[in-house]
Amino acid sequence: MSKNWTRSLRDRLQQEIPMEHLLPDTLPKYVDSYVYLFGVLTLAAFVWIILSGTILAIFGPDWWHVSPVGHFFNSLHFWSIQSFFFFMILHLWAQFLMAAWRDGRHFTWIGGWLMFLVSILAGLTGYLSQNNFDAQWIAVQGKDAMNAAGIGGFFNLLNFGQMYSLHIFVLPLILILLLGGHLLLIRKHGVVEPLPPDPKSEVRQG
Amino acid sequence: MKQSNSATPDRQVYANSRFEQIPYDLVKEMTWAIVGMGALVLILAGVFSTPDVPMLTAKQVASQDPMVLVNTELSDLASTGEIAQYGPPYNHNNGSVQAIGGFAPQTWLGVTIPVNSAQDNVLNPLQRLAAINPAVSSTLSQWRTASGRTQQAWIQAVQQQLPKATIHNGRLILPQSGTNLGPVPAMVNDYLALANSGLLESAIDAHNGPAPELDRTRSLLLLQGKADHIYAGKLNMKGEQWGIIKETGNYPGAVWLWFYTLLYQIPPYSTAANADLLVVLTVLLVTAVLVFIPFIPGLRSIPRRLRVYRLIWRNYYREQEGQR
Repeated sequence: MSKNWTRSLRDRLQQEIPMEHLLPDTLPKYVDSYVYLFGVLTLAAFVWIILSGTILAIFGPDWWHVSPVGHFFNSLHFWSIQSFFFFMILHLWAQFLMAAWRDGRHFTWIGGWLMFLVSILAGLTGYLSQNNFDAQWIAVQGKDAMNAAGIGGFFNLLNFGQMYSLHIFVLPLILILLLGGHLLLIRKHGVVEPLPPDPKSEVRQG
Repeated sequence: MKQSNSATPDRQVYANSRFEQIPYDLVKEMTWAIVGMGALVLILAGVFSTPDVPMLTAKQVASQDPMVLVNTELSDLASTGEIAQYGPPYNHNNGSVQAIGGFAPQTWLGVTIPVNSAQDNVLNPLQRLAAINPAVSSTLSQWRTASGRTQQAWIQAVQQQLPKATIHNGRLILPQSGTNLGPVPAMVNDYLALANSGLLESAIDAHNGPAPELDRTRSLLLLQGKADHIYAGKLNMKGEQWGIIKETGNYPGAVWLWFYTLLYQIPPYSTAANADLLVVLTVLLVTAVLVFIPFIPGLRSIPRRLRVYRLIWRNYYREQEGQR
């Protein structure tokens, strides 16, 4: 009899991330610092980016230039993004200072960096989707770096349609997929353990 | 505390469960974080709003700095402008090709977005205008039937007079008229008329695709030089003033790109002709180091040496020391 793929997947998930680890109701006692909030605040800002961005997408790229309500949603989107990057960078620093890649957590670290890089692209394409002088200036100034790097021929900052569709669909989709993987990895491995109090006692790889 | 390899029997022991536990509610924390963040961004959006300075249009340039548009038109027509000389991905020249030795990724894919400044930005839009104004047709046919050498001579003759020329009622007034100027003065006036009508961008972009508003590559390239720089200078948006990726006004820009934009301000990048390529490669290298830091001996031990973790887990360490 051939192997049942569905049962294999279910067994694998149950083994790797059982529900009590995926949705924990206890945490190790050492999780006792405000730095642990940076990740969840980044995620919360991301939720507001998606919500405000969805409203802006529903009414189209011209709306916020002509409607006060639209302009408010644009402001909501902008400040959500500023908050998102602010807390994401704090989160990144905190994870660095805790050497949070230890004990098999390197893919959580690498995935976090991938999200940071995709977010930068999302931010850039967002600036370019604004249909105002910010977008125009960033496009003509930024094109030289893209061209010099050899990607300007297919990643054309001056092509509004391309930037807009990347911004409202492709990049958010990639971010959401990466985010899902990041959260699953965090829960699979659990919160990183404290470093030994005395660094000299630690000989294993960091 | 190391997790065991999959071959060992204690694989199922969850690393975290080896430590004393405290109650926690993931869903409640997430919910309150979303509520709190919502309050924060609502207040920020309500108090600070966002800037929205309209795009610079050819119509605006034609009325505020018409001579800039005339200069741009003539250099595009003569194929001596920055974009005409640019190189890949727009054409086969090499005016803006950046390389380190023989390493020039800009040339790898060749010309993928062909731009012919004279045709795309000047002649084709005028041809469209001719459909409305038949007088433009005869001007254009005089241009088209002339040799390349004659065309260049006409353009240069007009360019020589430009420092003393004026624009009056949307028309170019040259100090001297004459047959040595050919149809160029008329073409300049037609071009100014088209720009003043507000239709120039559409006349440029519509030639290249089904939906001109979706791909504005060519009309944006028309104004990318002096016109955009004058306007950006007025708004304090030039590189030496603030860095390029930001909003107009006193708004935070892409501060997360501080390292990228910083490099442009410091030597050797600030003075290099291939600054863009150098900056991009440097940023890629530094990023790769940071991404793969878990595998780089020495660098991965920096957090241990910095000892900031002592502060983050201070309660845990205090308790551990108390138990000893």
